[in-house]
Amino acid sequence: MQRYSAFSLARRALGGHRGWEPAWRKATLRGAYDVVVIGGGGHGLATAYYLMANHGVARVAVIEKGWIGGGNVGRNTTVFRSNYLLEDNIRFYEHALKLWEGLTEELDFNLMVSQRGCLMLATSLGEMNALRRRGNMMRLAGTDAEYLSGDEVRREVPNVVGEDDGLWPIYGGLMQRRAGTIRHDAVAWGLARGASARGADIVENCEALDFLWTGGRISGVRTTLGDVTCDKVVLATAGSASLLAAKAGLRLPIESHLLQAFVTEGLKPLVDTVIVWGGPGHFYISQSDKGGLVFGGDLDGYNSYAQRGNLPLVEDVISAGIGLMPNISRLRLLRHWGGIMDMTMDGSPIIGPAPVDGLILDVGWCYGGFKAIPAGGWLAAHAAATGSPHELAPPFALDRFARGRLLDETGNGPVPNRQ
Amino acid sequence: MILISCPWCGDRDQTEFAYGGDATVQRPAPDDADPTRWFDYVHTRDNPRGSHRELWFHAFGCRQWVEVTRDTATHAVAGAVLAGLRVGEGETP
Ligand SMILES: Cc1cc2nc3c(=O)[nH]c(=O)nc-3n(C[C@H](O)[C@H](O)[C@H](O)COP(=O)(O)OP(=O)(O)OC[C@H]3O[C@@H](n4cnc5c(N)ncnc54)[C@H](O)[C@@H]3O)c2cc1C
Ligand SMILES: [Zn+2]
Repeated sequence: MQRYSAFSLARRALGGHRGWEPAWRKATLRGAYDVVVIGGGGHGLATAYYLMANHGVARVAVIEKGWIGGGNVGRNTTVFRSNYLLEDNIRFYEHALKLWEGLTEELDFNLMVSQRGCLMLATSLGEMNALRRRGNMMRLAGTDAEYLSGDEVRREVPNVVGEDDGLWPIYGGLMQRRAGTIRHDAVAWGLARGASARGADIVENCEALDFLWTGGRISGVRTTLGDVTCDKVVLATAGSASLLAAKAGLRLPIESHLLQAFVTEGLKPLVDTVIVWGGPGHFYISQSDKGGLVFGGDLDGYNSYAQRGNLPLVEDVISAGIGLMPNISRLRLLRHWGGIMDMTMDGSPIIGPAPVDGLILDVGWCYGGFKAIPAGGWLAAHAAATGSPHELAPPFALDRFARGRLLDETGNGPVPNRQ
Repeated sequence: MILISCPWCGDRDQTEFAYGGDATVQRPAPDDADPTRWFDYVHTRDNPRGSHRELWFHAFGCRQWVEVTRDTATHAVAGAVLAGLRVGEGETP
């Protein structure tokens, strides 16, 4: 596959940019593989990439019912961070964060990883105490966390929090400097490129319909393009995992929910970090390289597989945003859209072998599913290739729900629309 | 905006309601000691794409729980009845 470099760029520029090869190879489905990955989103592609790069698995296919980048991997607000509260989550998302730091070079594809920091704001003493506790947990787990006073927040982000604080008094914040944003389409394409360069078959417009069985064990997949046999199947169908899992006889602790996101018209630089506010309103915002403000908030709040949301939530998110940043009230929205998130009963993902032989799960991708992509793929590939869980994986096993060892970051209990 | 036809109040905006989740899950009997049945009740869901029976609480209306049948792929509401009327399909709630 063609390498990218300053030299290749200059050479193609002189040639009028003709002669660029496709970044990855579109494959046709063959009859047999070592591993078939269902779902060509970030997790499926990362799983395929690490199956080959880390474990030398030779024959890998990714089957995608639509097109690469059309799922949530291309619909999210591109934030990555590891500022979680629970140790197992911090360690997992920190693994992802470290991988993001090296993936641009590794994949030879500019993911535009921008470590612009993520600042969580507190607008009450209670929130500030919660942020302090989170920061302590992060430091204990070995990641970076910095406590900011109200004045330090005002100095750090003067365009977000003015002199008089808008509607909400700023008590302080928690900053993770290594967090930031990544260009999400580049993630899909870069991982597709990495997997494809190592020989993985990426097959678009190929929907998995059912599983093939041999003596109580999954031994292949029935697809719209025919049957394919394999040793292992990885389920990476974020946003609709329950549907195929049901074909394997599994009833998952998942509800599918709608999350919306918004982009304004382009502006000069206004917000140079990622702001997250989980106070009286839920609102997070960053600014894209093109200048648009990218923001979002809560789920719509009812089971949904429709990739479009409703207006009450639009009003909810925007009123929280304007409450925090009155200076954005006159901006026009360029676009807003929705994606489907598989919310688990504790808000954390499910990674590891399914209680069905031959099937590995990399599902239950709630809010954190984009930032988790390399770590999710890393762990799923490990399980598929070695047959045993990676050292970070046990807390994310499916049986945690039956065993009562939940990973409930928000402490909301088994209410997916509040997770 | 989803319009929910409350059996008491008629068509009302979704913003008057609070969502209560899947209406088909059944709580085991209080003396049922089988942990797998409790696990299923608390945690697992069918999560269908299509018709879904679900609970909504008419918080800013009659303050009754209603069971709504709604399509999760299109958001179209097929109807709503008072919650509990269909519990166990015909058993006394
Ligand atoms: C609006 C919004 C904002 C978000 N913001 C963030 C954020 O800032 N940070 C963050 O970390 N996360 C965020 N997320 C969550 C994150 O985007 C997802 O959790 C994550 O992308 C899911 O993993 P994926 O990339 O593998 O999913 P997807 O890209 O959805 O991949 C799954 C793929 O499986 C395919 N598929 C489904 N069924 C089948 C089948 N039967 N056969 C074949 N293929 C099938 C789908 O077509 C899809 O392409 C956000 C999500 C949304 C919707
Ligand atoms: Zn009513």
